[in-house]
Amino acid sequence: MPALCLDCGSRTTGPRCPACGSPRRTAHDELFTLSIAHLDCDAFYASVEKRDAPELADKPVIIGGGKRGVVSTACYVARIRGVRSAMPMFKALDLCPDAVVIRPRISYYAEISRQIRAMMDELTPLVQPLSLDEAFLDLSGTEALHRASPAEMMARLLIRIERELGLSASVGLSHNKFLAKLASDFDKPRGFSVVGRAETLARLAPLPVRAIWGVGPAFAATLEREGIRSVADIRRQGMESMMRRHGQGGLRLWQLAHGEDRRRVTPHEAVKSISSETTFERDERDPEILDGHLWRLAGKTSDRAKAKELGGRTVTLKLKRADFRTITRRLTLDDPTQLAGRIYAAAAPLLAREMEHAPFRLIGVGISGLVPGAEADRADDLLRPDSARAAKVERAADAIRARFGDGVILKGRALR
Amino acid sequence: MKVSIERSALLKAMGRAQGVVERRTTIPILSNVLIEAEGAEIAFRATDLDIEVLDRTPAMVERAGATTVGAHTLHEIVRKLPDGAMVELQDDGTAGRLEVRAGRSQFSLATLPKEDFPVMASSEYSCSFTCPAPVLRRLFDKAKFAISTEETRYYLNGVYMHVAESPEGRRLRCVATDGHRLARIDAEVPAGAEAAPGVIVPRKTVGELRKLLDDDEAEIAVSVSETKIRFATPEVSLTSKVIDGSFPDYTRVIPQGNTKRLEVDAAEFASAVDRVSTVSSEKSRAVKLSLDEDRLTLSVNAPDSGAATEELAVAYGDEPLDIGFNAKYLQEIASQIDRENAVFMFNSMNDPTLVREGDDESAVYVVMPMRV
Repeated sequence: MPALCLDCGSRTTGPRCPACGSPRRTAHDELFTLSIAHLDCDAFYASVEKRDAPELADKPVIIGGGKRGVVSTACYVARIRGVRSAMPMFKALDLCPDAVVIRPRISYYAEISRQIRAMMDELTPLVQPLSLDEAFLDLSGTEALHRASPAEMMARLLIRIERELGLSASVGLSHNKFLAKLASDFDKPRGFSVVGRAETLARLAPLPVRAIWGVGPAFAATLEREGIRSVADIRRQGMESMMRRHGQGGLRLWQLAHGEDRRRVTPHEAVKSISSETTFERDERDPEILDGHLWRLAGKTSDRAKAKELGGRTVTLKLKRADFRTITRRLTLDDPTQLAGRIYAAAAPLLAREMEHAPFRLIGVGISGLVPGAEADRADDLLRPDSARAAKVERAADAIRARFGDGVILKGRALR
Repeated sequence: MKVSIERSALLKAMGRAQGVVERRTTIPILSNVLIEAEGAEIAFRATDLDIEVLDRTPAMVERAGATTVGAHTLHEIVRKLPDGAMVELQDDGTAGRLEVRAGRSQFSLATLPKEDFPVMASSEYSCSFTCPAPVLRRLFDKAKFAISTEETRYYLNGVYMHVAESPEGRRLRCVATDGHRLARIDAEVPAGAEAAPGVIVPRKTVGELRKLLDDDEAEIAVSVSETKIRFATPEVSLTSKVIDGSFPDYTRVIPQGNTKRLEVDAAEFASAVDRVSTVSSEKSRAVKLSLDEDRLTLSVNAPDSGAATEELAVAYGDEPLDIGFNAKYLQEIASQIDRENAVFMFNSMNDPTLVREGDDESAVYVVMPMRV
């Protein structure tokens, strides 16, 4: 059976690598013919922090914001104690009171992510990042260029990331994106899992429906009521019956349950919306303070939109109530915008109308219905003659910040 | 209740009723129409709590009575009956069903008690007058395209009807705007309307009102108060709350000092705008107007999808000017122009432009330019 050494990347036979003597290997009949890979860094944020502070190596480390926030990443030591990502921080600290909590340094992680991205770009132009710490790679047709199979190139990539960046990652290799992503999770951390064509159906059958990308708790509960718990249960349903009951989502589920996924690895997944949000230390009901946050977040969203040269037609306000229920309210503008002032002006009345549901634990604002930046903010408002002036002021302030730095100029209200 | 009515009369009444009834309502009774038969008349009443329409039609009443039934279902049934059919509505007041019979068709519809139906409180009107249907039709038809749909600016979600001072004296005036364009339409003040308070007539009411204005000979009785407005013909009365808000001071946004004058055939202009904007894939299609001595060039430049230009012979004698507009706004304004020529008054590429029919000041439009 074709096999690869995960410590030196060379082809091996037998239980130990003849080249380096390591027992870490991956073996599979289709190993050298599969070319869609999913790379997922192991506990990325936490691993970066541990790498930079070796004294944390054997301590439980949780990356997340404040007492009121949620766990964004937990290291493997913390995971053993039951801490999971997206868990509320208070719950995580109950399970693991001695955890070292570190606030995420997103821009630093993004820098490291760019280094990994550069390594991936050397393997293939078809790299589709899903977030800072995971990406799909399509290595089809690169064998002649690299004089090595996709599997060997991925194994070498893992070794390179460990040597050069001191971080570990896991790889899933298969014949489509869905299966590759599923596989990368099979053997984490430092894993290299393969799902071949021949075994696709058998590997999927026992998995719970939640393992399928896009099936959340609500959909899973609906399926459960129909007696569908595992992927095999879905397969027993028949395509038409799934479609009749669940529409397009049902069809997709049925196809994925059969290991069919025709989505391509697309390097430039179009952005659909741009948003910023914040979770408060304590539930907030003061309209002045909420308004201050809204202003600040509108500015952040606007900065991102300007950086991507995009504008949005729809402004969405997101609130999370004390009981974790989420409220979203949207307003569609006649003229798309990327300006902080206009995003704020659209969202503020939406917030005012929801104040009866205060206090809130989270507030966010975003834009969607994106258009190129050149198509945004082209019309002024007849009834707000100051809107044109305000837009000019904002552009001027942007120019000043671009030249002298973020903090040099800001509106007084942003200090609240 | 037992009553017979001709299908076309019933269809007309139900058409008005189901226009008012909201399709998605959480209060079941609001989906229903209240049917009351008495004397030689059957009355249909529908409401969404903001608007109420009451329709009286002669009918053969065998047994007086009243009930409520789903407006959309009854409307659909009547619509599907053959023309000329006689329709019999019958309920015994206890079974909670309304029997609908026509020819060999028979329907049994669930009813709700008439007592639950919210009848709009009658109120005092401070001013009442009558106005010929064509006058109201012109006032509202020409203004309604500019009504805003932005909910947060709720005070713009209707037509502002009021009595205004103009150089020609007092006028009954309708104004609508969404901040990008504005329409200001004037008519003579009907006798008795001088003291009418200014009110913002909601978009939906404007739509329902339009159904009463098709008859050129009709005289519409209008009653206004600070909170309500009623439009009535002998058969139909439409009562609506008005929007509780103050309409912005529109007079200051109507440009007074624009001097660059363009005169162009409105229909030709509208179709040229339509043609060139075809190449744009944007949602808000921008058209550039380039003006030179008696020549107007319309152009669209969409880097991804293509470019288009068209030249029109026009009357223009000022210095050259380039100015951009949203194509849809230009077309909507141009389609309001009844006479041949539209007159555009420009100032600069950044300032609002005024549009009117010839030199007639009784219908004036303002449109904000767009950067192109």
